Amino acid sequence: METLKAQKKDSKSQKAIRITGAEAIIHCLLAEGVDLIYGYPGGAIMPVYDELYKFQDKLTHILTRHEQGATHAAQGYARVTGRVGVAMATSGPGATNLVTGIADAQIDSTPMVCITGQVTRSLLGSDAFQETDIVGISTPVTKWNYQITKVEEIPEIMAKAFYIAKSGRPGPVLVDITKNAQFDELDFVYEKCTAVRSYTPVPKPEPSSIEKAAELINSAKKPFIVFGQGVILGEAEAELKALVEKAGIPAAWTILGLSAMDTDHPLNVGMVGMHGNYGPNMLTNECDVLIAIGMRFDDRVTGDLNTYAKQAKIIHFEIDPAEVNKNVKVDVAVLGNAKETLGQILPMLDKKEHKEWKAEFDKMYQIEYDTLINKDIHPTKEGLTMGEVIEQINVASDQKAVIVSDVGQHQMIACRYAKFKQSKSNITSGGLGTMGFGLPAAIGAKMGAMDREVVAIIGDGGYQMTIQELGVIFQHNVPVKIVVLNNDHLGMVRQWQELFFDRRYASTVMTNPDFVKIAEGYHIKSRRVTERGNLQEAVEEMMASEDPYFLEVKVEKEDNVFPMIPSGASVSDIRLK
Amino acid sequence: MEKQWYTISVYSENHVGLLNRISGIFLKRHINIESLNVSKSEIEGVSKFTIVVFTTEDWTRKIVGQIEKQIEVIKAYYHTDDETIYQESALFKIASHLLFDERQIQNIIKESNAQIVTVNREFFALAKTGRRHEIDEMHDALEPYGIMQFVRSGRITVTKAAMPISEMLQEFQEN
Repeated sequence: METLKAQKKDSKSQKAIRITGAEAIIHCLLAEGVDLIYGYPGGAIMPVYDELYKFQDKLTHILTRHEQGATHAAQGYARVTGRVGVAMATSGPGATNLVTGIADAQIDSTPMVCITGQVTRSLLGSDAFQETDIVGISTPVTKWNYQITKVEEIPEIMAKAFYIAKSGRPGPVLVDITKNAQFDELDFVYEKCTAVRSYTPVPKPEPSSIEKAAELINSAKKPFIVFGQGVILGEAEAELKALVEKAGIPAAWTILGLSAMDTDHPLNVGMVGMHGNYGPNMLTNECDVLIAIGMRFDDRVTGDLNTYAKQAKIIHFEIDPAEVNKNVKVDVAVLGNAKETLGQILPMLDKKEHKEWKAEFDKMYQIEYDTLINKDIHPTKEGLTMGEVIEQINVASDQKAVIVSDVGQHQMIACRYAKFKQSKSNITSGGLGTMGFGLPAAIGAKMGAMDREVVAIIGDGGYQMTIQELGVIFQHNVPVKIVVLNNDHLGMVRQWQELFFDRRYASTVMTNPDFVKIAEGYHIKSRRVTERGNLQEAVEEMMASEDPYFLEVKVEKEDNVFPMIPSGASVSDIRLK
Repeated sequence: MEKQWYTISVYSENHVGLLNRISGIFLKRHINIESLNVSKSEIEGVSKFTIVVFTTEDWTRKIVGQIEKQIEVIKAYYHTDDETIYQESALFKIASHLLFDERQIQNIIKESNAQIVTVNREFFALAKTGRRHEIDEMHDALEPYGIMQFVRSGRITVTKAAMPISEMLQEFQEN
């Protein structure tokens, strides 16, 4: 509590109201601008749910069918809006069911506040019914967490939770509240948190590092930008575009950076990483200056670190000092918010075009296009490909849809081929690779962007991990478009088994139910496509629907995703087949 | 890279759960904490963790980065042994009759500059403060005579260089 005393207080004093802790929680949420939360009730959180009932005109609670769904929905909402997503659950199993979503939000830097009920204070440590140490369990996967045992703590801790979740590099915060603190009364006053003395959310950029970076960029012959989600989280899309255009630098994205820059921009050269594009991966090892912006050199991006961009000077624009020199040793680190640092470097950059260098990317794209892209999105073989489905969605949505993907082959195909004109439009589980993310995240994304089309692309494996959330789509008529690309396999694992385990398909073959019938059971309009001739019309029908829509596409069972950098290999060892 | 001893000093808020967060950072990377001490620091209301590890500088730097990222951590540093003044403390419990039966024990006490904390009919307790090797030497010398109980504290350290925590906190107050 020491830190809280040191917080800078709002000067205008509010009048205190005498209310219960449970009601105070609702007032805290409202004061933070929350109007939508996802959750699941249970014994230890019931006083808060009782207040939610009273405040339902101001605060909508969506009952997911599993607590994991609540976290992913909150994540989808947060990713599409840039606001803090909120999930709520009871103690014990309710709380532990949140953990996967919390870990996902932690590794993908998603602002989320999770509120869990806890047994009453006097029972703590007694192995009471539905008691679990969720603060202990969630410690390694939260940006911050706290157990409230006294009602007086509620306003300060809730304010701190929202501040920490959203500021700097965002992340999940868990607040566990014992039942006595929900029942007890306090004199409630709410003041937003604006600072915590031991926490520096955004490091101050050093002018000297920006100057050094500008010099390196200006003298570069083959500069190459790799941008990540830091651009989206920092709302630096315009600055990135201005930098790319002024300095004439080819730019590639990490999976979470996708949609930060128009995919059709002439200097947008595609995706880096394990299933990224051929050119950006190969030319990582030929550029002379690599400019990393808001990305963290994940192993799926870098492949073997000993052979990653060794020839290049590396500049790292990054908000989190702990990421600098973590995986890749950099020559210049520019700490700070990308919007600020890119804005500062922009006037120092020379106007340039790197035509010959850019032509190398174009040449490699042509090789990739001829070898596999064309076959992926305009196939002539009999079986349907995942790529052609994504291409049809691009056409039918005019590249304006929010694409939410699950995890696996379909995810890589969606991220490779989906086209975007607007930021915050690609929502996927990048760092954690959480199967089951897609369907609930799409619900949250749609509810956060009701004016936009939201298309969930999911595999038959991941779909069945959170399929129960169809109940939410049905009950609240959330007009999400669900596309299941069904190959009757856990496709990505099967692909690895084919390539690296001599085709021993251990537990990757799935005997699937009738997905259309299941969707119909939830009264969701649905359709199955098994032939190419029906695909375009089915996708058009889906996109035109004002209601939720389920589309199953039976795709080739044993297609692989290429290009591919085998695990642990160098980016320049990328395989086209 | 070569492994050596590093002392990590962490200035933090006094927050329940922070120890768990910090120890998790080591656990995740399979780096053993050789010694750990938590106490108040020179600044009122600010705690100080002193953590000793035997690893490479690269790992130490990364760990310090992760520690510093924790919300309640004000600042974390790492230093080599050359850059610090450090001590450990130990207590030895020994049967009292040995003091009279084994004359050599008195010499060991004198030579090691240990203090006798208490003596009664059954046992006496010795306290020794010093470097790890000095404590180990004293332990080895006493061991043949029988040690009833032995305990050694974590390393405590002050650095030769300044650690400007007060200035950082002052700056926060002013902004």
